[in-house]
Amino acid sequence: MKSLLRIGYKALAVLLLGYVLVYGLVARLPGLPGLEESSRNLFYHVPMWFAVIVLMTISVVQSVRFLRMADPDLPERPLGLMDADLRAREAARTGILFSILGLVTGTIWGRVAWKASIPWTDPAAWWTSDPIIICAAISLLIYLAYFLLRSSFSDEEQRARVAAVYNIFAFATLIPLYFIVPKMLPGLHPTSADSDAGGGSFIFMREGIDNAYRMLLYPGILGFSLLAGWIYELRARWARAERQLSANDLSETSFFTEVNNKRS
Amino acid sequence: MLKETLAILRKELLIEWKQKYAFNGLMLYVASMVVVVALALGAVLEPLSWNVMFWLMILFAALNAVGKSFLAEEPAQQLYLYALAHPSALMLGKMLYNLLLMSLISLLTMALFVLMGNVAIGAPWQLLGIAGLGSAALAANLTLVAAIASKAHNRGTLLAVLSFPIIIPVLLLLIELAEEAIAPTGKGMDMDALIFLGGITVVLAALSVMLFPFVWRD
Repeated sequence: MKSLLRIGYKALAVLLLGYVLVYGLVARLPGLPGLEESSRNLFYHVPMWFAVIVLMTISVVQSVRFLRMADPDLPERPLGLMDADLRAREAARTGILFSILGLVTGTIWGRVAWKASIPWTDPAAWWTSDPIIICAAISLLIYLAYFLLRSSFSDEEQRARVAAVYNIFAFATLIPLYFIVPKMLPGLHPTSADSDAGGGSFIFMREGIDNAYRMLLYPGILGFSLLAGWIYELRARWARAERQLSANDLSETSFFTEVNNKRS
Repeated sequence: MLKETLAILRKELLIEWKQKYAFNGLMLYVASMVVVVALALGAVLEPLSWNVMFWLMILFAALNAVGKSFLAEEPAQQLYLYALAHPSALMLGKMLYNLLLMSLISLLTMALFVLMGNVAIGAPWQLLGIAGLGSAALAANLTLVAAIASKAHNRGTLLAVLSFPIIIPVLLLLIELAEEAIAPTGKGMDMDALIFLGGITVVLAALSVMLFPFVWRD
């Protein structure tokens, strides 16, 4: 049953993404006002941010799991303690990848939709100070800071503990960043406070979108989220294998030094 | 727990009262910032830019004040404190102390900046209340980050890098709220923003108290 689920979600991701990638480009769409053919980016740009939210949630859940297991009064480390830390790290890392993809797809779309009159050589064509873009950039900064924090500890367990604390704390501010601040500031995104699409948060839009789009947007969201989960799963297993290998190396060297010491 | 918290708070206040080191230093810091801003921008300051400048000054003062919460004591002194009190009580006490310190500093910054900034405040009492709420939000936001940064090798840069991104949402909400108090448009306070700000502050304070026991051990 478990292995079926493991294969199943990957197969579902491939199917959904194949459908969205092909049909999203060739389908006959009514076009959104002012966007025409570039409106197809909806199926790629929006799911990136859903994937980011999924990954950051996984990351914070793993951090909580780590802290629940990391009782310093225990005589020895519980099994899988450091694995939870590695999983939190890899989820955040994959989240950064998808944040960058979301920013890039957004930048390309923004140039076509909002800055079409500006030549592409002008830097102003590539950045808009829209509140939602700024919030997205800030959330990226939070996770870059998380990795800077990790790199400034040499002790493995202390690093894991402090990073988990920061991860949980930062996640609490990510929620207003994604769902509250954009609700209050006017902007260009159709989900901004002043949009007539009935917006009001980072990614949710209630009206003004044709059903033909929904038929592609929802599979896209699910497909890219599953893909993100797949990448995260692979990276987490890779990280665990790497850690076990380096641990084996260490024990081997200590074994050899012991043998050598006995000989001499 | 409550007794321990109050004892920590009392200890912080007593040390501050005896040395007046943090407070005097911060007041000078804030006064220099106000003078520079008033000199450089005095002629062109309008309610909107006054607002942004005010909160930026509060932010930098808070980084200096709260950022030092865990650096004032020697490691041995800290160990002694941890042996005496529960770490959560210690965090709560430090947070309350930071709240008091930040309230006082933002009050004085406001007075000074109103005097020199050349902008008439529409609803000064309302702004005062928002500044108080802002002090609580900044204390809740920065105290745990200061504890985290004090454990690392590169604490100076780390404090700014860790705290800036997570403080921006709070700062944006504060600027949004204060705008209405400085130049009232008659539509009243944004109650949603007020509730969100209060909510974030409470959540972050509770998280700090819950998470600090994991941070203090080496």
